Amino acid sequence: MEAFVQHITVFVLACFVGYQVVWKVTPALHTPLMSVTNAISGIIVVGAMLSLSPELSSAQTILATVAIFVASINVAGGFLVTQRMLGMFRKK
Amino acid sequence: MVELAYLAAAVCFVLSLGGLSGPSTARRGNTLGIVGMAIALVATLPATQSLAAFAGALVAGGIIGAVLARRVAMTAMPELVAILHSFVGLAAVLVGVAGYLAHPHGALDALRVIHLVECFLGVIIGSLTFTGSVIAFGKLKELIRSRPLVFPFRHGVNALLALLTLACLGWFVVAQAGLPLYVAMVLFGLLGVLLVMGIGGADMPVVVSMLNSYSGWAASATGFLLGNDLLIIVGALVGSSGAILSYIMCKAMNRSFVSVILGGFGAEASGPDDRAEAFSKKGVNRAGPEDVAEMLKSARSVIIVPGYGMAVAQAQHAVREMTELMQKNGTTVRFAIHPVAGRLPGHMNVLLAEANIPYPIVLEMDEINPDMVETDIVLVLGANDIVNPDALENPKSALAGMPVLEVWKAQTVVTVKRSLNPGFAGIDNPLYYRDNTLMLFGDARKMVDSLVAQLKGTVSH
Repeated sequence: MEAFVQHITVFVLACFVGYQVVWKVTPALHTPLMSVTNAISGIIVVGAMLSLSPELSSAQTILATVAIFVASINVAGGFLVTQRMLGMFRKK
Repeated sequence: MVELAYLAAAVCFVLSLGGLSGPSTARRGNTLGIVGMAIALVATLPATQSLAAFAGALVAGGIIGAVLARRVAMTAMPELVAILHSFVGLAAVLVGVAGYLAHPHGALDALRVIHLVECFLGVIIGSLTFTGSVIAFGKLKELIRSRPLVFPFRHGVNALLALLTLACLGWFVVAQAGLPLYVAMVLFGLLGVLLVMGIGGADMPVVVSMLNSYSGWAASATGFLLGNDLLIIVGALVGSSGAILSYIMCKAMNRSFVSVILGGFGAEASGPDDRAEAFSKKGVNRAGPEDVAEMLKSARSVIIVPGYGMAVAQAQHAVREMTELMQKNGTTVRFAIHPVAGRLPGHMNVLLAEANIPYPIVLEMDEINPDMVETDIVLVLGANDIVNPDALENPKSALAGMPVLEVWKAQTVVTVKRSLNPGFAGIDNPLYYRDNTLMLFGDARKMVDSLVAQLKGTVSH
């Protein structure tokens, strides 16, 4: 139970941090904001890694492997396309 | 140690979002995000029980992601973002189910109930994010018609799906059986389909932002399930980011979030405008490219209002050329961006940046509206509803109350448009019938090209 309360605490505080940080993002960069959040929400790959079991043919491992696969598309695709877009913004 | 590494990764992610406060710090922000992800992955390796499966899936997914990122056209960013949301949703479903399968039974104490609820939430939020995003992708790619799907008792059906899901939660916790979990997954998936099917094309920016938010909450729910603070933090960051973007989009359309989610907007074309007769009697002021070019040559200040129509016509590179020619002539040229121009928050800015238009002359609506009065010419390119004076002047209009670019306050407005057809929401635009409005009928790309040709004539000698 204590652990749960601790997680809730972290969650609520992180929501506030997110709120503060995202309001400061300039509207001109809202599309890169969406693609970079796409990329970092690929962090769910960590959850999938922790769900793997040593047995390759177990249902759990198969599900987790597919999850790693799709989340990796997010991580690579999200960061790279953000980089590509940000490279286009020029001052002159 | 692992916890410290996760903390470092979380800090990197916060800084990465913080970097987006300006274009000069944004690239460093993205790099920090990559660093954070690398730290998180490396720190999780020791606890990973099948490195082969992990490495294979990571490399395969990474390659596909890299190819997608390289190939996507900037006009197609909304589709890419939508499909990436669906992947987060799918991953959350898979991890949630795997989490249940890892411990299918246990003594039903408080902790166990919490665990089951977390598992359930991860699966249903993930499922809704997945199906909703797939439908959004289909609509944006025009594989599915963008008009909202409206059928009788729509809200009743949605409410019923939600209620049945709630019942499944009770069943799942008491029986600790897989069946209610899977049934709820299907029910919420169906709800995702119906919700997004019911939302019209004009509201897509809100829907994509909302799904962005859901993908974050799905990651957070997975974090709760696994007791992993990093997932919880990242999910909360992404969730609040999407929520803020949805809020900004709703405000820019003067719609409430609830009305967007309930959908149906733009399902029926609005009735005939009772001013239609007066409008057609009055007629519009037509102009040719030569006339407009002459005016642009002598203008001191010009504001260009781009809409998605400009991007569809692929006119942005010609627009940049025109801008440079006018600047050489000593004209101040700026761009005015409405928050819902384009199909994604900030989409127009990316399209203009891609065409090498420097970002300091690209301004937001609130920054530039006060300057309209002192502007000689406003050039509206492929935009319609976002420059409709009805939003401010006609309380009966469907757009009433929506903040718009007040282009009619400029000395002259030139609107480049194919025809007088009403805009996305089927709403007439009285702007076209104003005395200080000139209509330049034709394809945006062709018209800008001929303006460029005319302007070149003077600049060269």
